[in-house]
Amino acid sequence: MIAITINGKQHSLDTEEDMPLLWVLRDVLNLTGSRYGCGVGACGACTVLIDGRATRSCVMPVGAVGEGRVETIESLKQGEVLHKVQEAWIAEQAPQCGYCQSGQIMAAVALLRENPQPSDEDIDATMTNICRCGSYQQIRAAIHRAAGE
Amino acid sequence: MAKEGKSRFMPSRRAFVIGGLVAAGGLAVGIGWAVTPFSTLPRARQVAGREDESMLLTWLRIGQDDSVTVIVPHIDWGQGSQTALAMMLAEELDADWARVRVEEAPADSAFANSAQIRMFAHEIIFKDWHFADTAIYGLSTKVAQGIHMQLTAGSSAIRATGVHSMRPAGATARWLLRQAAAKTWGVPLDEIETRDSVLSHPASGRTARYGDMADAAARIKPPDPEDLPLKPKSAYRIVGKTQQRLDIPDKVDGSPIYPHDLRLPGMLYGAVRQCPVIDGKLVECDPAPAMAMSGVSKVVKSADSIIVVADNTWRARKAIAALEPQWNTDELDVARTSSARVREVMAAAVEGDDDYDTDHEAGDVDATLRAATNKLEAVYHVPYLSHAQMAPFATVAQFKDGHLTLWVTSQNPLDARYASAEYAQLPVEKVTLHNMKMGGGFGRVSKHDFILPAIDAAKANPGVPVQVSWTREEDMTHGRYRQASVAKLEGAVDESGRIVAFRHTYTDRHDMAEASAVPYGVENLHVRNINGLNPLRWGFWRSVDNSMHGFFIESFVDELAHAAGQDPLSFRLAQCNKRGRAVLERVAEISNWHEAPPAGRARGIMLKEAFGSIVAQVAEVSVNDSGRVRVHAVYTTIDPGLVINPGNLTAQIEGAVNFGLSATLYGAITFENGVVNEQNYTDYDMVRMADAPHQVVSFVESGESVGGGGEPGTPGVAPAVCNAIFALTGVRIRELPLRDFNLRTGERRGSA
Repeated sequence: MIAITINGKQHSLDTEEDMPLLWVLRDVLNLTGSRYGCGVGACGACTVLIDGRATRSCVMPVGAVGEGRVETIESLKQGEVLHKVQEAWIAEQAPQCGYCQSGQIMAAVALLRENPQPSDEDIDATMTNICRCGSYQQIRAAIHRAAGE
Repeated sequence: MAKEGKSRFMPSRRAFVIGGLVAAGGLAVGIGWAVTPFSTLPRARQVAGREDESMLLTWLRIGQDDSVTVIVPHIDWGQGSQTALAMMLAEELDADWARVRVEEAPADSAFANSAQIRMFAHEIIFKDWHFADTAIYGLSTKVAQGIHMQLTAGSSAIRATGVHSMRPAGATARWLLRQAAAKTWGVPLDEIETRDSVLSHPASGRTARYGDMADAAARIKPPDPEDLPLKPKSAYRIVGKTQQRLDIPDKVDGSPIYPHDLRLPGMLYGAVRQCPVIDGKLVECDPAPAMAMSGVSKVVKSADSIIVVADNTWRARKAIAALEPQWNTDELDVARTSSARVREVMAAAVEGDDDYDTDHEAGDVDATLRAATNKLEAVYHVPYLSHAQMAPFATVAQFKDGHLTLWVTSQNPLDARYASAEYAQLPVEKVTLHNMKMGGGFGRVSKHDFILPAIDAAKANPGVPVQVSWTREEDMTHGRYRQASVAKLEGAVDESGRIVAFRHTYTDRHDMAEASAVPYGVENLHVRNINGLNPLRWGFWRSVDNSMHGFFIESFVDELAHAAGQDPLSFRLAQCNKRGRAVLERVAEISNWHEAPPAGRARGIMLKEAFGSIVAQVAEVSVNDSGRVRVHAVYTTIDPGLVINPGNLTAQIEGAVNFGLSATLYGAITFENGVVNEQNYTDYDMVRMADAPHQVVSFVESGESVGGGGEPGTPGVAPAVCNAIFALTGVRIRELPLRDFNLRTGERRGSA
């Protein structure tokens, strides 16, 4: 049995240790907001936070999470109240198809916790997720907006 | 476009043309002269009606609570079409925008998109048609139903559906509501005014909400749409202003349901595997290694796929990887060749003088070239390209009591439903299709090959819903690729810098007709192609043939400008038409073309018409000591005739530029013995935040016919960037992607 904490809730899971965290979230716990884009850690659609660090869950075996506190996109909204990053995303009209956006938003949340006033260079260096619709300019604007810049 | 009076109707020519359209579709469709624009309404009401709402038209419901629901026969995967189309209807309706909602039309014949047929026929076959002619409505509805037209592609939602359905529908509904008020109040129709979902009769002070009159309006016989005037642009209150997209708020909290996210009671998960050579057939496969693995319940075989069904995705994928299927590729030409060999064949085909089809021709290119003193020729090449949409395919299917239910993504849900019914050998009434959120389309999702394995899995598991999802590897290696192509360009300029001859010979023509046009009034012109040299499965890729002709033509035009000793902008300005000049001048302004760029940088420019819009772009680049390019900025000016939702069009251009830049910098699909080499984003890279250029987008609204917005941003990126590289380093790039070359020396890099 694997003990794991997701969005503040503890779970005891009867799954194999090498199942990537992404598939535990999606298929075992039905938290489908984190998405599959490549399976090899190259695109970031699966990005969650573990102890506040942006992590690509498709290449993180669930057995390796241990006591790390996992946060997914589902944890950002408090009731009906959006996280400031989510509000910024809407204000800047960042999403197009939306498929990569959970990962983008989680990566942005991690960035802003670490660096509340990121420069464009900081954003370039940390926001490495792919957006095939190409809405990078809006994502960048949303991060600056959420930072209050 | 609305026209005064009657159309210049020529029955015999039109009937012939329609007959030809219908025959080309291979259909036995009666000529529906008696079908009116509103004959689909009874069925539409059955399929998509709601209890407290009145369905005034197939595309519109108005609720007792004043809600306005626009039913749109297009999927919106973030390109903003649903919002823009709703804006166009709401504008003509004089609706309160805050009350407007959008619903995607169901995959039912009542919602076949006749507007697409009318636009196609209007633009391509008979340009003088009146958009609202009743007989044309009838015919176009019949044809649309016959060919299952519910396609979102070709940057056509606004210029076809918006212009030919949404606007007339809004005007018609406004008339119906005014007529209802006039009757109710016993006053003349022309004394009834509307604004923000309220009807009023100023003379008496009476008012009514749209919700109050909707029921009465729905009972009135609609007029012939050609009698209804449309609003002049000066009266617009919704269209032309940036409206927030209606689909966005859901997309920031992980909640949108793509087919991958569906969780139905008892649902199983399937992994799929196909022959490494596309379209290879399955011979045999011992299921034992998969069946022995935990969670696996079934191995399903079809003519060209294996599906392993398990209790979750991970287990299904692990199990399918343990199988050793035997495939047969005997009948496949593609299995006996490679992308390198195809390139050789194409390169040979553009030399020599026979067997070409002509796209455009004028004057005498041969004689002019022979006599010219300042002339050049060059051979260009572009590789195959994949769509690499963010979401690898997934479909959920359930086959229960003789009924098939599908949850899919499709750029044409009506066609997907009919194609699925045919594959499942069921009457279409026994197939229900739900179109879910889509993680990127770009043309790939207009075909339905990836739905079929889910149907096989569902049939093998009666009563059980099965979600069949693809790995990125299976998706990328079983694509429908933008074709590779070789082009030979030849041209000559005179002393004044005029292009006097231009010949463009290229391989593998697909679509759009105007993609290979040369917009410089060249008197001696020949654009020609040779087909049938591409053995790899083809598909519509964002901007289609424009994606290669932009690079071929606008790079070579730059070469001609250089041969003429002229500035690339002045060279183009002197020879293009008025709309071209307008966008070129504007893009020069926003890019500071006339001022020197920062040290170490240079700019390149291009001009292209695509999907009815005119686009000029400037790229500003630098090249480092290792010969790698950095694209600092891309400036785009687009003339789409009319801008509906400015913020959204800007986002589409910017996204299309990044799409084109990924192809320009990194994109190449190669294959050997029919097996595609590139399997994941690790082999087929994408532009990310750090290499996404700063972008500025501006508009010119010429008021000419409406052009498309989703694709025109893509074709110009390659030539603008390569023209900038030439200006900076003197290296002329004639093949892509750029990562293959040292851009300081022009040398090809060693194999990657």
